[in-house]
Amino acid sequence: MEHAIKAKKFNEDEPNVTWHDETLWFVRHKRDISSKSIPEWEELRSMASAIKSNVLSHLDDYLLEFEKNAKANGIQVHWAADAEEHNQIVYQIIMQQNGHRGHGPRVVKSKSMLTEECRLNHFLEEKGVEVVDTDLGERIVQLSNERPSHIVLPAIHKKKEAVGELFHRTMGTAAGESDPTILTQAARQKLRAHFLQADVAITGVNFAIAETGGFVVCTNEGNADMGAHLAPVHIACMGIEKLIPKVEHLGVFLRLLARSATGQPITSYSSHFQKARPGSEMHLVLVDNGRTALLGKPDFRRSLHCIRCGACMNTCPIYRRSGGHSYDATIPGPIGSILSPNLDMRKHSSLPFASTLCGSCSDVCPVKIDIHTQLYKWRQIIAKEGYLPVSKTWSMHLTGWLFAHPKIYRAAGRIGRKLLSITPEILLRQNPWGRSRDLPTPPKQSFRDWYKQTQHHEK
Amino acid sequence: MKTGLFIPCYVDQFYPQVAIATLNLLTRLGLEVDYPLNQTCCGQPMANAGCEQDSLNAARLFVDNFQDYEYIVAPTGSCTLHVREHFKLIEQTPAVQHVRNNIYELTEFLVDIVKVTSLDATFPHKVGYHASCHGLRGLHLGKPSELQGKDFSKPHQLLKMVKGLELVPLDRTDECCGFGGTFAISEEAVSVRMGNDRIKDHITHGAEVITAGDMSCLMHLEGLLKRQKSPVRVMHLAEILNHTN
Repeated sequence: MEHAIKAKKFNEDEPNVTWHDETLWFVRHKRDISSKSIPEWEELRSMASAIKSNVLSHLDDYLLEFEKNAKANGIQVHWAADAEEHNQIVYQIIMQQNGHRGHGPRVVKSKSMLTEECRLNHFLEEKGVEVVDTDLGERIVQLSNERPSHIVLPAIHKKKEAVGELFHRTMGTAAGESDPTILTQAARQKLRAHFLQADVAITGVNFAIAETGGFVVCTNEGNADMGAHLAPVHIACMGIEKLIPKVEHLGVFLRLLARSATGQPITSYSSHFQKARPGSEMHLVLVDNGRTALLGKPDFRRSLHCIRCGACMNTCPIYRRSGGHSYDATIPGPIGSILSPNLDMRKHSSLPFASTLCGSCSDVCPVKIDIHTQLYKWRQIIAKEGYLPVSKTWSMHLTGWLFAHPKIYRAAGRIGRKLLSITPEILLRQNPWGRSRDLPTPPKQSFRDWYKQTQHHEK
Repeated sequence: MKTGLFIPCYVDQFYPQVAIATLNLLTRLGLEVDYPLNQTCCGQPMANAGCEQDSLNAARLFVDNFQDYEYIVAPTGSCTLHVREHFKLIEQTPAVQHVRNNIYELTEFLVDIVKVTSLDATFPHKVGYHASCHGLRGLHLGKPSELQGKDFSKPHQLLKMVKGLELVPLDRTDECCGFGGTFAISEEAVSVRMGNDRIKDHITHGAEVITAGDMSCLMHLEGLLKRQKSPVRVMHLAEILNHTN
């Protein structure tokens, strides 16, 4: 089981687990305070969920309406069936730009989970195009050759000392410097040059509005704006589920998004893009990459409601204690564990089992995705497709059979308790239960034995 | 009112005192309680492991055992939720529907059906209440911390009726203990860590006893406590609600 192996490794550094857990719990706590400060919170969740259901039920119509309006605004709209097509489209647009001073086109990119999903950076770098991530957290993971461990807080797995060391190595900050303000300033200075020289700015899309053909990008650092406003070409990449029908629906989502993500009432920047500036270009790439397949699965389509707030990660007791990288997926945590098997079931077969089905994820979700129910349902499919360990499959066959035969179950219980009581402690401490936990002391009598002996004859 | 008592398989085998306390508690409240002798398990372990098909015969047996009772009571939120939610997998005969609609977790049965307003119980100890997830978020025995709305908790309501009992506050009122069925084995490292974190919260706040509506969570926490030779004990809610001096 892949997740368990990586999670075990993560747990070897106990103080780090404590820190990771407490940091993200703090974010969850801020979310609680913030969400409880507006009385209509639960109503907003219901509305957001209903709007998304409507969008998914009429996705074809809304997509065409959006394309028509976006084109009327002068946005160049592209359609990509999968990650490869998306990357090719972005590459073609970039290569149409002239570089300057003997340098190929320079690209800056603000945070976009879609481009992570498509491995765009990797693709472009292989083709010799340099992409600079401008979100501070994304920049940190880019400089350290890692992938984000959280969708809102990409570098949350790194402490400030580690960032200081990284910046010392890559940006020449003073050795041992770990003051967040100084490090952020250093990153800003370096990024400023990249912004000013950029030929192309890539951004994600948080919400695209069908009736206007415009879209909204939410950031806290203003880096999407800085990129898009300076570069002559803006490429916005979005999954096709990011649509909402009308501008008036935006308020519902903007109020939910930042409160769920970090506890802020709203992101520092909610930037509306409608059309290109005179003399510049605006492109929009609409990406499927498995989304219509998900739409075709009634049990799982609601996962397309996701607005990428990360609240399910912050609340998940497993995520907090195993770290985002243990999921080995673009989107980690509970939502990632129901999205990833749709993309590659074999690779991600352990993820739906990285959960106790506690249900906290479903209760924090601002768009009411039934995450823990979907985890349960993915388990069934993964088992049916043969991706469970053989030992588990057979032990479940056996247990199921045992529980269907009361007499045999009772005999097995008697023998089991007897065996347990005579098994040396040292042996019991070899298995995954017994390494850290005592087993219950087996009683001589089961409840049923006691009941039959003391109560039953009276009836 | 004829009530059938369901006892989870692992409680039957390992924690008979919890089942006895449940039976005595209900009997002392004047209920006519019967324990069908051919019961085994609700089928949840297989279903949660992804093997629903292996759980179906256990589910059918469950219905055979309990279909004739007006109410079915179980000292577990987890199994109760499984019966209500996942017995929709088998053919929905009137018997199956009856069982699904009339099974109650112990505390919700006492609060909602029996409408208990006082208990003859004494337990002069500091107690930490662990809100087991399936009871809390699945059966809505209380308000989860994630949701907005008025605070309530059926288990708290009952614990407050116990003389001498002092409920200790917790930093995290409803975080999972990390048991999770086969999760406890397959994700050993995280499971153990989650359990230890829960224990620490209870101990920091002075709990002498940790209680819960599900013995499975407590079996996991007890395993950790005993290994660490902690003086803190676990007791099922039924044992406390039935405790007299």
